[in-house]
This record gives sequence, C-alpha cells and structure tokens, in this order.
Amino acid sequence: MSPMLYLAQRGTAVILAMAVAVHLGTILYAVRGGLTAGEILGRTQGNGAFLAFYGIFVVAAAIHAPIGLRSILREWTPWRGRSLDGAMLAVSALLAVLGLRAALAVYLA
Amino acid sequence: MNAPFPAPSPTESTVDAAPGAMLTVRIRRDGGFQAFTVARRPAQTVLDVVTEIQREQDPTLAYRFACRVGMCGSCAMMVNGRPRWTCRTRVAAVAEGDGLTLEPLRNLPVVKDLAVDMEPFFAKWTAAHGAFEPGAVPADDFAVVAPESPERRAVDAGIECINCGVCYAACDVVAWNPDYLGPAALNRAWTLVNDVRDRGQDARLAAVSGDAGCQSCHTHMSCTEHCPKALAPTFAIAGLKRATARAALKRFGAQAFRGPSGRRPS
Repeated sequence: MSPMLYLAQRGTAVILAMAVAVHLGTILYAVRGGLTAGEILGRTQGNGAFLAFYGIFVVAAAIHAPIGLRSILREWTPWRGRSLDGAMLAVSALLAVLGLRAALAVYLA
Repeated sequence: MNAPFPAPSPTESTVDAAPGAMLTVRIRRDGGFQAFTVARRPAQTVLDVVTEIQREQDPTLAYRFACRVGMCGSCAMMVNGRPRWTCRTRVAAVAEGDGLTLEPLRNLPVVKDLAVDMEPFFAKWTAAHGAFEPGAVPADDFAVVAPESPERRAVDAGIECINCGVCYAACDVVAWNPDYLGPAALNRAWTLVNDVRDRGQDARLAAVSGDAGCQSCHTHMSCTEHCPKALAPTFAIAGLKRATARAALKRFGAQAFRGPSGRRPS
C-alpha cells in the first residue's frame, strides 16, 4: 500500500466513523414509531443536506473499502499487479455509482 | 482464526525440576518429529538441551549458535510453538510438563533441522536501506547529537536489535505476504530515519513504503510481544508510517504547487 493509499484509507475512516454514527443514530430515531416509505421520502425529498451527507458517505466508502479489500486479497490470495488494481478501481466505481444513485433517487423521488 | 502462537502454559514456572527428572524433546526433522530424552539440570537452557542432544545422542542434528549469552542472535528457534532465543530461555520456564517441542524459525527456509537460511531476512534489511548513508561529501565536523533529543531517544529505543529473527518469525504479515520487509528491517530503518547525520532519507522512506513496507503492518504487535531484547518494532513501524505519510504529503503538495511540468506557476 502506498503512503497516499494509506492516507486515503485513514482519512476516509475518520469520515466513515462519524458518518456511520450519524447514520445509525438517524435509523434509531426514524424507526421509533414505525417506518414507512412516505416518512422516509418526506425527510429526504429535496433535502440538500441529506444529499450532501450521503454523497460524502458514499464517496468515503467507495475510497475506503477497495483499499482494504486490496490488502486482504494480496495477503490471502496470489492475486497481484495491475489486474488487481484495476479490479479494485472497478469495485470503487461500482460502490460510488450504486451509492450515489440510491442517494439521488430518494432525493429526487 | 486461531492465534498463531499458544498462550503461555498456566503451569509455566522458573523452578528447576527435581533431580533425576527427564525431559522429552521433540525436534522437527525431515518433515516429521524425532523424540529425544535428556536429563533435567539446574538452570538448564533450551540451547543446553539441543547441544546435549547433538553431542551425546545424535551428532547429525543441525542447529546454530555462537555466543551463548544473548548477544549474537544466532540461536533463535521455535520453542513449543513460540519464537525464542534459546540461549536465554530456561527449560523450566517453557517446558510443558516434561516436554519440549523444537522447530526451526517460522517464515524462513530451512537449511537442515533447526538451522534456517537467514538470507531473506538480511536481504530485506538491505532492501529497507538499513545501512547508514553518509552522503556524497564527508561531513566537515562531528555531528552534535544531544542524548535527550527526541531523535536520539527514538534511535536508542530500537538500536539494541541483535538480528535474531524472532520478530520476523512471530510476524503474521510476513507469513501472509513474503515480500513484507518485516519488523527487524523496518525497526532498523526507523533508527536511521532518526539519525540526523544520515543523508539517504528520501530513498529510505521510499524503500519502506508500498506493499512490502510499513503500511502493510497490521499492528498485531507479535514482534513487540516476542522480542527478546524488549524492543518495540511496532512503534518503530508506526513512526515510519507517520514519516512516509508526511513525505508523501509534502511531495503531493510540491507537485500540486509546481504543476506536472515541475515549474512553479508565474
């Protein structure tokens, strides 16, 4: 792992620690009296703060997870080299696209 | 996942066995174990046991030692599954009942019986730029290094390494990633990073970065747990992580400021 990947993973870990805490706190708060799609969309639709929060959350996860996955694969399998790096970039892109698409969907719905 | 090394036996004791007691020693040889029986003696070390077997019972048993007093770092081997310096390890402290299991050091190729090839270990020492780099031009005068300076204290904390290979054998990351430089080489690099006279820091920090370098350490602390000299390679590696990160940020900042062409914007 290069120093920049190391810094990226540690930096995004700090963001994720806070984001996950807020995310879980919101879930606990939101389900206190039952949960409906209408309630969720009522909070998220057109809510710029919500979109910004989950946008940052998704981008941090999309950077953080593939770096860790790359280390695990290098240690537990013989997979090395550019094909591994390329695959991890693909995982990163997939996480980013799926996550941002979901956040955008409940924002625009 | 199970812990790689068994926890110390609850019966662990430093009290010598009763006179006449015998010790059963299982030694890994030729892919299996061969058992020997040796008399228990007062203040007997594991190295004493191996030496007695080789001199009295089987002269073909291969092992390595030199100083016998904990200075040379030659005699390390796996004792009951844990890496130890055998010249300073009392049998009474590590025997499980009346048994002792001896194997060659983990993570290194076996030459014969209990003797391993240390070449990969020292090759990584070299790869981590573990030699002092004086620079192209000799210094004009002696460097003044205050004993209480943070750099000198950091050097002191890691300088007593005897290259025994115990930390290298204890390290899971070395087992998983054979390219990983390992705790001893990185500890050595950290002592030189803190040597204010050294002129090879950029190359050294580059050498200890990357997939084989300090960033791959999982901070399991097996090296620190097992080091017979009570050094803490884990903290040396943490220091290298900070130093390499700072250097990378500085490089990144310089590149961003100058632009990709290397010229400063006017």
